Amino acid sequence: MSTSIDKTTTVPAQRSVKPRPPAKEARFADGGGVLNVFSHGFLAIWALLILFPLAWVVLGSFKTDTQINTSAWSWPTSWSFKNFGSAWEKGIGGFFANTLIVLAGSLTLTMLLGAMAAYVLARYEFKGNRSIYFLFVAGAMFPVYLALVPLFFMVRNLGEISPYLGLNSYGGLILVYTAYSLPFTVFFLHSFFRTLPTAIHEAAMLDGCSHARAFFQVMVPMAKPGLISVGIFNVLGQWNQYILPVTLMQPTSAGEADHSMLAQGLVNLALQSGYKSDAPALFAGMTIAMLPVLVVYLSFQRQVQSGLTSATLK
Amino acid sequence: MRHGKYPFIVGFLFLPILLYVGLVLWPYAQTFGYSLTDWSGQSQEMNFVGLDNYTKLLGDEVFLGALWHNLLLLAVLPVATILIALFFAFMLNVGGKGGTGGVQGVAGAAFYKVVFFFPQVLSIAILAVLWQAVYRSDGAGLANGALIELGLGDPQHPVEWLNDPNLVLWCIMGVLIWGGVGFYLVLFSAAMQSIPKDIYEAALLDGAKRGQTFFKITLPLLWETIQTAWVYLAIVAMDAFALVASMTPGRTYGGGPDHHSELMSTYLMRNFLAFGEAGYACAMGVVIFFFTLILSVVSLRVTRRERIEY
Repeated sequence: MSTSIDKTTTVPAQRSVKPRPPAKEARFADGGGVLNVFSHGFLAIWALLILFPLAWVVLGSFKTDTQINTSAWSWPTSWSFKNFGSAWEKGIGGFFANTLIVLAGSLTLTMLLGAMAAYVLARYEFKGNRSIYFLFVAGAMFPVYLALVPLFFMVRNLGEISPYLGLNSYGGLILVYTAYSLPFTVFFLHSFFRTLPTAIHEAAMLDGCSHARAFFQVMVPMAKPGLISVGIFNVLGQWNQYILPVTLMQPTSAGEADHSMLAQGLVNLALQSGYKSDAPALFAGMTIAMLPVLVVYLSFQRQVQSGLTSATLK
Repeated sequence: MRHGKYPFIVGFLFLPILLYVGLVLWPYAQTFGYSLTDWSGQSQEMNFVGLDNYTKLLGDEVFLGALWHNLLLLAVLPVATILIALFFAFMLNVGGKGGTGGVQGVAGAAFYKVVFFFPQVLSIAILAVLWQAVYRSDGAGLANGALIELGLGDPQHPVEWLNDPNLVLWCIMGVLIWGGVGFYLVLFSAAMQSIPKDIYEAALLDGAKRGQTFFKITLPLLWETIQTAWVYLAIVAMDAFALVASMTPGRTYGGGPDHHSELMSTYLMRNFLAFGEAGYACAMGVVIFFFTLILSVVSLRVTRRERIEY
């Protein structure tokens, strides 16, 4: 590899702001020419592995049934949105709406309750503080399978108290999502509230501010970066949920409305034997499910990546 | 502190704790109790059977097979994902030619980082449906189509992928790695960016090669992050429910062909919701719990090193 040294020494890079002596030597002793070809190759192949299947699915949603079922390489002949229409009729739109309703509710509740608990535990001295904190944090270690069976009956019992909280109801799933997001949210925000300066809070208290008002009007705005990080983490986590909706959101009786989450609804459509003959609608359904998320991600990708890493590296 | 502190504390903690204890901790505790009964789940009737469910598990070949598959996932998935992600992260952050601009990633690093993360934002179930179409067992699937196009596959006898007992688990593993690399790449990138560039500069002045900077600087300074990644991936390997349940053949919750991709989680769900063996399913939940617990504790202990301050 040392043969390629001279290739890199000639790079006349002048992008540096700081005035520096011109580079006389390669950055790395092994130059990098050969390795760069390799690494670029790997990176490009991996990018292709990600993008190609996605593009293939989007293309598939314009194909006809015969085209999809004969060859993977067929090219759509007509660019009509007919398949999207039939996918929508099979309920994709409804599943999307269900998911949005549940996520809106669960995210709001998770952030509100999580911030409240984390704040009190981080900033107030009282008996039992540490044990409550550890109680919350311990929950993050357990797999959800440990709770699955009793949870099902717990939610069913909730349904007897109020039909809005039972099985196959938005309210029930919102509460469950919130409860299972709390350990991590409390853990993360607890350490975040600890890092905030105490002086501003004390000043507010001296001015006669109540505890609750100090929290909502002083501490929450200060904790915004932390709230955004853990919020993004929770959105992705709850959006990726599969086992909980499969267990809790199945119609309990024949005539009941289908409140499936998007992920679950799409899998059910794929599994239905009758649907197999309608491959174009399935591909269109996947496209409908994928594109909005990708667009949202692309517009916020900087925040998503930085928020997520600061949330997980804590 | 001041007056009104305790009402405030109680007021703020009441709802979160109620929800958390009611829907998380209490079900956890109940699972241990139910795992000692022969409860079917349909009625409230149950008898205490002691450890019968656990002894039954030890003789249940399907469950032992599922456990073996989980362990296989555990052995391969974290190592493969972390290695690929580390390699990419190094390339994207320090592997570039540099020039006088200092240590930097290869060209197009930002683009790669965004693209590799795509599978993370698509819900895992969407990925399952997508890969099911890719892994179709006839020539119309993308995987077979590509093989045939490259002259590696036989159009008359396409690869059966998910229907092949020897391939099915590896197909699932492939999807998990494919989807996971992006997340860990971003995680490692963030950690690498917090390493002061001066350290690299100094090493480069001393004539370090790329491999040396990676093994002598990046790896030791990233150790804690790798540890975190390993624990996360171990938890994924113990789970992997969504992909197996929706991609593999099988009556309810996949696991086929003939239990060759069965996991503890899919077997648990089938026993609970399809076979009406809630008590038995709870015993499996307890086993999964202990495996996860032991794994996290062991990996945190074994890989513990002195924290390097910089």
